[in-house]
Amino acid sequence: MTEAATQAETPLPVAQRIWRRFTPAQRVARFTVFLLVGIAIAAAIQTVEIIPEFLTDAPEQMADLLTRMWPIDFAYYPQGVHAALTETIHIASLGTLLALVMAIPVGLLAARNICPFTSLNLLAKFILVSSRSVNSLVWALLFVGIFGPGALAGTLAIAFRSIGFVGKLFGEAIEETARGPIEALDAAGAPWLSRLAFGYWPQVKPAFWSIALFRWDINVRESAVLGLVGAGGIGMILDSALNLFQWERVAVILVAIFVVVILAEVVVTFVRGRIL
Amino acid sequence: MTDRPAVSASSNANPFPANWRSRGLWIALAVYVVYASAQMDVSAERVAVGLHNAGHFFGRMFPPNFTRWELLVKGLEESLEIAVLASTLGIALSLPIGLCASRNLMPAWVSWPARLIIVAARSFHPVIVAIVFVKAVGFGALAGILALAVASVGFAAKLFAEAIEEISLKQVEAVRATGASFMSVIGYGVLPQVFARFIGFCTYQLDSNLRNSTMVGIVGAGGIGGTLFAAFQRFDYDYVCAILISIIALIMAGEVLATYVRAIFIDGFSLADIFRRRERGATVHRVQHLEDD
Repeated sequence: MTEAATQAETPLPVAQRIWRRFTPAQRVARFTVFLLVGIAIAAAIQTVEIIPEFLTDAPEQMADLLTRMWPIDFAYYPQGVHAALTETIHIASLGTLLALVMAIPVGLLAARNICPFTSLNLLAKFILVSSRSVNSLVWALLFVGIFGPGALAGTLAIAFRSIGFVGKLFGEAIEETARGPIEALDAAGAPWLSRLAFGYWPQVKPAFWSIALFRWDINVRESAVLGLVGAGGIGMILDSALNLFQWERVAVILVAIFVVVILAEVVVTFVRGRIL
Repeated sequence: MTDRPAVSASSNANPFPANWRSRGLWIALAVYVVYASAQMDVSAERVAVGLHNAGHFFGRMFPPNFTRWELLVKGLEESLEIAVLASTLGIALSLPIGLCASRNLMPAWVSWPARLIIVAARSFHPVIVAIVFVKAVGFGALAGILALAVASVGFAAKLFAEAIEEISLKQVEAVRATGASFMSVIGYGVLPQVFARFIGFCTYQLDSNLRNSTMVGIVGAGGIGGTLFAAFQRFDYDYVCAILISIIALIMAGEVLATYVRAIFIDGFSLADIFRRRERGATVHRVQHLEDD
């Protein structure tokens, strides 16, 4: 990365040489990026529609929001929040499991050392990229359109959004496996499935479960908002509390989401520490 | 041959003994799936009806309808502006917060509050943060910018702190030994060690903000999301399809640009190298486990 380029062609005495970290061409490239970033920021500030009164009003509105949220309506938790929160966790967990099931074949197809056909590799890569490019809220909108509002739509949204993530990382983990054990199995005459189960799987197992846990953690976070578009879970009651301006209820829902997200992160860190 | 009983014993043993603990976990997982599916009243009938709907649904999505392209372009522009400004603001905030959160350079009483800020910013989805900001600063792009800036702090500051914690302290010590001020220590001892990684995180953050800026509009925080949600609610599925195609194209263009920026800053490419698509060193910079958006 660090390339010293001397200024002069003919070697000067050491004391007179000017050492630079980058070649002129590299400096031009870096300067161009900075310039473009500067232009983009300036252009965005010029054109974005911001109403200045709203900005000056913001601290007052924030204070108003906090006073409306206080006291937090904890009595609402057993009535409405608990069931919705459980549903959110079910959506995240089932969605992750479904994604794992669907992502394994796609990941296998995307791994060049398992699937030697370039066209299938590209097809798998296309599936992974399209899954990742569509946000989980958009997947949720699509599935609400298909299956109607409810947790089923949310689960499928989480699952389809996660295929890209899990499949990509799983495929990369397979591509990084050592050839040795596979060749040994090959030499022993092991069929295709045995090679997968006893050659590849033990090598990618820790990576696989770590990817699954990591995605589950993300999905707990994501499934909390799916309800805003009608896909079940805690977002549904958040949406209705927002629409009715019941800010004390909004507060208890936000606290519940916060606690669950932190717990999920703690669980993931703990389990990862155990299995890795 | 007779004095090697250990080999024959081990070759007779099953090399893959049954692992009851892992079997138990698999069974528990299966029980959970059945239980949770029952909770969500998933039935074959519902899936069948859904699949029937799906055909109808996709039939109406194609061909995509680009006739209202002015509205589409306006929304995309606003999303782009939100992404750029939110990344700028978020990264500007993340640099000091990330520095404060690094435990090797800062005392505990500085790093813990900074870590708390990061955890708080990380734990809410940007769309939920956007709801709060819509209430605070009203509908429009500003709420989106602030919401995504908060999300950026949660993500970029954490990565900055982790990168700073991994630096070699020898160089920092050397700069300190010359009697350099705190800012000089940061500028000449710390920054050169982490700069390339920071650029990687920044491009990743811009990418992630671009994805989310197309969504915050669902709660009224500006960008194309509002148009998308409205089109869904009016069942204009052909327009929805047009919007989705445009969003995907925008995100992919952003990804390509980010690759170029990483090539310039991390691999030391010049502009000519990029146009020639030369792979110097052919290092693939995978920012592992950063795919969260």
